[in-house]
Amino acid sequence: MASTIRVRAQANGTNTEVQALIQHPMDSGFVKDSNGVLIPPHHIETVTFTHAGKTVLTANWGPAVSKDPYIKFSFKGGAKGDDLTVTWIDNLGKTDTLAAKIA
Amino acid sequence: MKPRAAFPRCAALTLAACLLGAAGPAPRADLASAAADQKAFQDHFKSRFPEVPFADFANGPYAVNAAMRKQWEEIMQFPPYDFALDEGKTAFETKFANGKSYADCFANGGIGVRQDFPYFDTKSGEVITLDLAINRCREANGEKPLPYQTGMMASLTAYMAETSRGKPFAIKIPDDPRALAAYEAGKKYFYTRRGQLNFSCATCHVGAAGQRMRGDILAPAMGILAAFPIYRSDWGSMGTIDRRFTSCSAQMRSEPLPPQDVAYRNLEYFLSYMGNGVPISGPGTRP
Amino acid sequence: MQAASVDFTAKDTTRRATLRLLALLGVAGIAGTARAAAPGWPEEAFRQKSQADALKLLYGKPFEASDKVKLDVPEIAENGAVVPVSVSTDLPGVTTISILVPENPFTLAASYTLPEGTLPAIGCRLKMAKTSNVIAIVESGGKLYAATKEVKVTLGGCGG
Repeated sequence: MASTIRVRAQANGTNTEVQALIQHPMDSGFVKDSNGVLIPPHHIETVTFTHAGKTVLTANWGPAVSKDPYIKFSFKGGAKGDDLTVTWIDNLGKTDTLAAKIA
Repeated sequence: MKPRAAFPRCAALTLAACLLGAAGPAPRADLASAAADQKAFQDHFKSRFPEVPFADFANGPYAVNAAMRKQWEEIMQFPPYDFALDEGKTAFETKFANGKSYADCFANGGIGVRQDFPYFDTKSGEVITLDLAINRCREANGEKPLPYQTGMMASLTAYMAETSRGKPFAIKIPDDPRALAAYEAGKKYFYTRRGQLNFSCATCHVGAAGQRMRGDILAPAMGILAAFPIYRSDWGSMGTIDRRFTSCSAQMRSEPLPPQDVAYRNLEYFLSYMGNGVPISGPGTRP
Repeated sequence: MQAASVDFTAKDTTRRATLRLLALLGVAGIAGTARAAAPGWPEEAFRQKSQADALKLLYGKPFEASDKVKLDVPEIAENGAVVPVSVSTDLPGVTTISILVPENPFTLAASYTLPEGTLPAIGCRLKMAKTSNVIAIVESGGKLYAATKEVKVTLGGCGG
């Protein structure tokens, strides 16, 4: 099955800029379906980005993060061809991970 | 906030009157009158929004409002339609059970052809939209038709639109009285008030283009279909032209027609022809 | 399954480790009613309705307004479901960046932990239930600095 994680990581010599888009409903638990029944909360809790064995960002998310969540950040270092690993875990214990190549 | 100028409304009403031949009995449409309609339509929007480059009308509300544009540009750094685009590409390249594929149903294998839709099929005497063509292709090859409005239909049309990104709309009206009648029907639909709110498409997308309706900025009608299918934040998912026509009808409190209804296809034909020259900007994102 | 009533405190490491493994195996998800919080996720802070309570649990210290924290948000959101938010700063030694939306049902929207070497700039997209302040908190050298801006959220135009 296709990964839920899309990554665009660009090294510019000094820093690596990372953008990630994750396919996830991020249901807040406050929205009702067409039958008037509350859709239970189903949202990512943590996203971890690692490079060369080191964590470069940990995102702690609540239900207020938008559906199909997006994140952008930069870290020092990183070179073209390096792996950047992204892993998320949601409140139902589901998870996905992707090792993307830095461009 | 700038006070509403009297000029745009007068110009819009004049445009409508002109196109509907309000001055006298409507002459039968011919290619020349359709071309004149198109010129009047485009001249109206160019003079209404003189600072907007012609191609930028493909970006709808973002062409006419800087604050909305900034939010759109942030979202476009990594557009949420990315997943649908991938799904569409994979589906497009997957063979049917009978060994054929979508490429067999379209000119140029279906790559870079979106700007030619809809077209008038002189054999069957009807307007064919891209969505309808996809389902006709499926049925001709023993596959079940896809539901319209969202899901796989949106993903497939997203991929086909992406292969046409930047290509200008090139809608043709053949010299055939049925094609001209379909064009005229679409035009009439566009300018006819309907529903409890008594709005026509033109009320908002010509008369009030660029202005606010509550939190939204109304897109100018010229080129308004260029960005479809769209990931609309309001839906949290993809939607085709059908989805927008039906949902807009419902929101205007008029009875929505079924997707791909003849009236909607004629409307799409008229609206696309009015946008000739505006480049395809789909798939797109909208509020 | 007992996961739902577990107290996720630092003391409970063995139980946390086991539950983390089970969570990763999706067992808690299959159990249905059990809520498996990802390890390290500040669950209590995310459950707070008031700004003060969320901050107390997340940081336990006060913040001061600072023009060195740059918060980029739209004045009027084109859609409350997807509001682009960017936070950046020149302050040194930034270890965390958090974003609060006081008018949301739960105030804390997101909290980012930045190891050394990660630039103090984050872009993300948040949901806002209604017009509210957005508060960006930057933790620099152990102290909290904040920028606040209001984002107007209105109903969509078409009445849907």
